[in-house]
Amino acid sequence: MTTEIEELYQEVILDHSRRPRNFGELPDAAVRVHGDNPACGDEIHLGVKFDADGGLDDIKFTGHGCAISQASASLMTMKLKGKSRAEVMEMLSAFHDLVTEETSEAPKTLGDLRVMKGVRKFPQRVKCAMLAWRAVEQALEQGAGEAIVSTEPA
Amino acid sequence: MQKIAASGVDWGAIREDFPILQEQAHGHPLIYFDSAATSQKPRAVINVLRRYYEHENANVHRGLHTLSSRATEAYEKSRRRVAEYIGAVSADEIVFTRGTTESINLVAQAWGGKFIRDGDVILLTVMEHHSNLVPWQLLAERTGAELRFVPVRDDGTLDLDPLPSLLTPEVKLFAFTHISNSLGTINPVAELCEKAHAVGAVTLVDAAQSAGHLPINVQELGCDFLAFSGHKMCGPTGIGVLYGRAEILDSMPPWHGGGEMIVSVKLEKSAFKRAPHRFEAGTPSIAGAIGLAAAIDYLEQIGRPMIFEHDAHLARYAAERLTELPGMHILGPTEERGALVGFVMDAAHPHDLTTFADQYGLALRGGHHCNQPLMRRFGVSGTTRASFYFYNTTEEIDRMIEILRAAVRFFS
Repeated sequence: MTTEIEELYQEVILDHSRRPRNFGELPDAAVRVHGDNPACGDEIHLGVKFDADGGLDDIKFTGHGCAISQASASLMTMKLKGKSRAEVMEMLSAFHDLVTEETSEAPKTLGDLRVMKGVRKFPQRVKCAMLAWRAVEQALEQGAGEAIVSTEPA
Repeated sequence: MQKIAASGVDWGAIREDFPILQEQAHGHPLIYFDSAATSQKPRAVINVLRRYYEHENANVHRGLHTLSSRATEAYEKSRRRVAEYIGAVSADEIVFTRGTTESINLVAQAWGGKFIRDGDVILLTVMEHHSNLVPWQLLAERTGAELRFVPVRDDGTLDLDPLPSLLTPEVKLFAFTHISNSLGTINPVAELCEKAHAVGAVTLVDAAQSAGHLPINVQELGCDFLAFSGHKMCGPTGIGVLYGRAEILDSMPPWHGGGEMIVSVKLEKSAFKRAPHRFEAGTPSIAGAIGLAAAIDYLEQIGRPMIFEHDAHLARYAAERLTELPGMHILGPTEERGALVGFVMDAAHPHDLTTFADQYGLALRGGHHCNQPLMRRFGVSGTTRASFYFYNTTEEIDRMIEILRAAVRFFS
């Protein structure tokens, strides 16, 4: 087994891809974002509920995709539940750096999400890792109703 | 050394013609199973390109100097070589393009723009590559024409039962692929052309996956247009071919305007050359055309029947061995298939599989293969595809099986 592939598919990632957490419908979601990655057909449907201050009260997802996209969504929902808007935006930016920047030091605040660091060695897979994050970004922007987002903006 | 007794071709020696096959990927010998995307190039083609740039490079059809004559002669000789290769009546029926996609767009714009009207029907199939679908969607939007589709059976073959109700006199064009790039299905081109002509429809064959793999004779197939790319048949990228029956090509207006395609130009109006030059505005891919002719020489030296036999053997062997793996679903026909196998594995998503395989030097392709409607037809978001050419071996397929077995263990 080569090290790069083990780094990409860490046991935590494989575990989350096999048994994604927060997977399911969120019946009273304030906003539902339908995200897709047309390059590979991966889809995510993300439901978000906000608290009184606009933070993420609850977040769940459904959909299908590769191990990277599924694990990324699962880990993300665990991390973001209960976070304020500002914290979410900060993490989005930190996570993007984590999976794209060769020199990025993974900030401790990312916690478990740091297992996704291996993606930076696989530029073709960055969009897989970012799909769920693009969806949550769209959820914050839109705030209510249905929204769509794509890794390949039209 | 791997020989097929019947053909007598030394396939082991042929591998030596492809310098890139000596490459390593991630510290492993490269196993290149993505020839349906683009084939590798033999030294014979690479050398011809170098010789052209070292000894012949000049623009064509306009200079009166020595080099321009050499370049023009080589370019037009390539056109004659292509005509011969596909059994065209004349070299005037060969238009050089950038590739299959551009060839089809040329027909959609020049022929379609003139002959397709509101209420006409363009018949396609559900297995078309986006390059033989999107140009017709654009044409239909412009003209008000209707698109119809021949369905695909579960076994990956075209369902021809509803053909009588689809192929009605309103159909002006029937465009379909010769070999499916996802399923490997080989379509009955001559039969489909005959049926189309019976209702007065023009036919276009997408030969991207077949031109370098089996003998093609446009007169025997009876098609009106045939499109293919040089780079999938050992030639360079950036060169492709549109064959059009002389009578039809001559009836078509130009599509790109510019130098090279005109007889005379006035400020307000111009007169255009005859086909094929009318469709080749600007400086063409001269080196590309010469490289394509070299690729044709190379393929003909081996022999297309031998190549087809070898490729079919590899595809059959791969399909057979893949079924040994757990949770394996192979798409496409089992009996006869082109040089590729598309599959889905329960254990892992195509992108995870291809990333995993790449770490062992194995180049597979994962995704929708520019076949989104076909993927939807089979209820998958994508497949993993192993595609072969005559430089591949059964030993490489054995290695692929080992790697995929490791992937099953890794992802399960």
